[in-house]
Amino acid sequence: MKKLVIAAAAAALAVGAALSGASAQEKLKVGFIYVGPVGDMGWTYQHEVARKAIQDQFKDKIDTTYLENVNEGPDAERSIEQLVRAGNKLIYTTSFGFMDATAKVAKKYPNIQFEHATGYKRDKNLATYSGRFYEGRYIQGIIAAKMSKTGTIGYIGSFPIPEVVSGINAMMLGAQSVRPDMKVKIIWVNTWYDPGKEAAAARALADQGADILTQHTDSAAATQFANERGIFSFGQDSDMIKFGPKSQLTAIINNWTPYYVDRINLALNKKWATGDVWGGLKSKIVQMAPYTNMPDDVKKLAMDAEAAITDGKLHPFKCPVVAQDGKTVECKGGTHLDDGQILSMNFYIKGIDDKVPAK
Amino acid sequence: MEFVEAILLTVVAASTPLLLAAAGELVVERAGVLNLGVEGMMIVGAACGFAGAFATGSILIGAICGILGGAGLSAIFALLTLGLAANQVASGLALTILGVGLSGLIGADFVGQKITGAPNLYVPYVTDIPLLGKLLFGENFFVYLSIALIVLIWHFLYRTRGGMVLRAVGDNHASAHALGYPVLRIRLLAVLFGGACAGLAGAYLPLAYTPFWTSGMTAGRGWIALALVVFASWLPWRLLIGAYLFGGITILQLHAQAFGVGIPSQLMSSLPYLATIIVLVAISWMRGRAGSPAPASLGLAFVPDR
Repeated sequence: MKKLVIAAAAAALAVGAALSGASAQEKLKVGFIYVGPVGDMGWTYQHEVARKAIQDQFKDKIDTTYLENVNEGPDAERSIEQLVRAGNKLIYTTSFGFMDATAKVAKKYPNIQFEHATGYKRDKNLATYSGRFYEGRYIQGIIAAKMSKTGTIGYIGSFPIPEVVSGINAMMLGAQSVRPDMKVKIIWVNTWYDPGKEAAAARALADQGADILTQHTDSAAATQFANERGIFSFGQDSDMIKFGPKSQLTAIINNWTPYYVDRINLALNKKWATGDVWGGLKSKIVQMAPYTNMPDDVKKLAMDAEAAITDGKLHPFKCPVVAQDGKTVECKGGTHLDDGQILSMNFYIKGIDDKVPAK
Repeated sequence: MEFVEAILLTVVAASTPLLLAAAGELVVERAGVLNLGVEGMMIVGAACGFAGAFATGSILIGAICGILGGAGLSAIFALLTLGLAANQVASGLALTILGVGLSGLIGADFVGQKITGAPNLYVPYVTDIPLLGKLLFGENFFVYLSIALIVLIWHFLYRTRGGMVLRAVGDNHASAHALGYPVLRIRLLAVLFGGACAGLAGAYLPLAYTPFWTSGMTAGRGWIALALVVFASWLPWRLLIGAYLFGGITILQLHAQAFGVGIPSQLMSSLPYLATIIVLVAISWMRGRAGSPAPASLGLAFVPDR
């Protein structure tokens, strides 16, 4: 009798272990680190949209979690480690400032896979990914040149890193292709997200004569201000038409879902490998919000430019690119600047009157 | 002229939340309580304020909700520091963290929503006077309230018996207690007042400054308000100057950048803080001492010796 009970118990235990072992093996835990709040309706919001999409798509094959409002700095390392210790095997860190922290933690845990957005440090278990937002900026520049009465764009910059500088340059190149004497005024708010400061910067730019506002910061404050003031604006990271029904011309939408779906598939099939994905309009990582508040001929111009860039017929940084000091930049990509040059861009093009602040 | 007027209007708008929060904190500290939870109370006020305004469509109700939110959180602070004689610094910090998290919870349903901001005053003819018209007669009620608050606080502290008792409690709570004044009750009322002001200051942001809600809206303004109280040496008029100085330089550096002044933006961003320190040093140097010293019982827990 006793032997029967023990045998039954052992069998039950084995079955239980097998079942739980199997499900634990199949569920991939994926963690996300956000630099801002998911309610920023901008940068972090779009990552969250994609996270929800992949959770829906893969259902119980994956288990996603996120930490929001993580400061870029020492706190980042602690937060990433926290996700590792919680059992996450694939971790996404979604801001440039998390680069060093991610690289450090990646070295510490070679069996965990990391992906860092908008950075350039890679490792065997650390991949990078970003969007070619400059393609959207070029289109915005064309629209701005056509829609502006004062000929001045107001640009709210976050930090003077190459990603932001190349965005400013791309916009101006687009504008100059239609209106060679287009001007831009730039304010650096030194933060990715501070609605009050962004609104104050927007006001300052408008008071100084800019009638098209654009930004590389994450909230809808500038768009809302533009709507109030009766000037035009470009949304950033997500469609901000709700905040600027009269002011938004278009917005650059970050669409991370197809990329995340791809990577999760690779991870589930144990085929994940490091690399660098930098997708633009063609891969749908960058999407343009519907063109609104503009006459049809400007809309057509914008849509033609979008199609040309998507098909590869037009490159925003096509040579010759003349820098602020008058010298023509070396054309390493043949007919256009190559990726390395764009990723390390720290100069303004000719036609921008400002000086790039030292990093 | 129009350009100068535009800058001045922006300066006033940016300085008002600092002034409202710092004014309340000044009264609290004058009563001898160091409330480091201002940031938490501000952001809870912001969340409650927006929730109230969005639900009812009335800015006034939103402002009242903001006041109640800030006062509610400060009631917890009062319970800890006055009721249980807990360490004021630790309690204040804990409440800031609680407040920030709580505000995210309260505001969760309102993320991405927007409202019509508080209306500006309009007096026919007077508001249209160039330069000063809009500045003096075209602001929203939060601005006028902030100025009125400073006047009222000055009058209360220096011209009424209640204010004198409050100052006495802040300077020497043992003596005040010996004289028969209800130290804890006075401090409780002061803390609730401070919380209400912080809540109103927070509510100003989503109700008038940027009329939408997202988490983290206050972005550290509560901490700046705390610093401004010290800058003002606990004097109401100096607080007014300090708040506008800080707000003014914050806005001016943005304008200077747009103008194309070639100074690095990171240096420009630090200018408001630098300017505040420089002015404080200049004031203390000129007067020999930095105005009135801190209330002597600031930060000390009071436990009646029963």
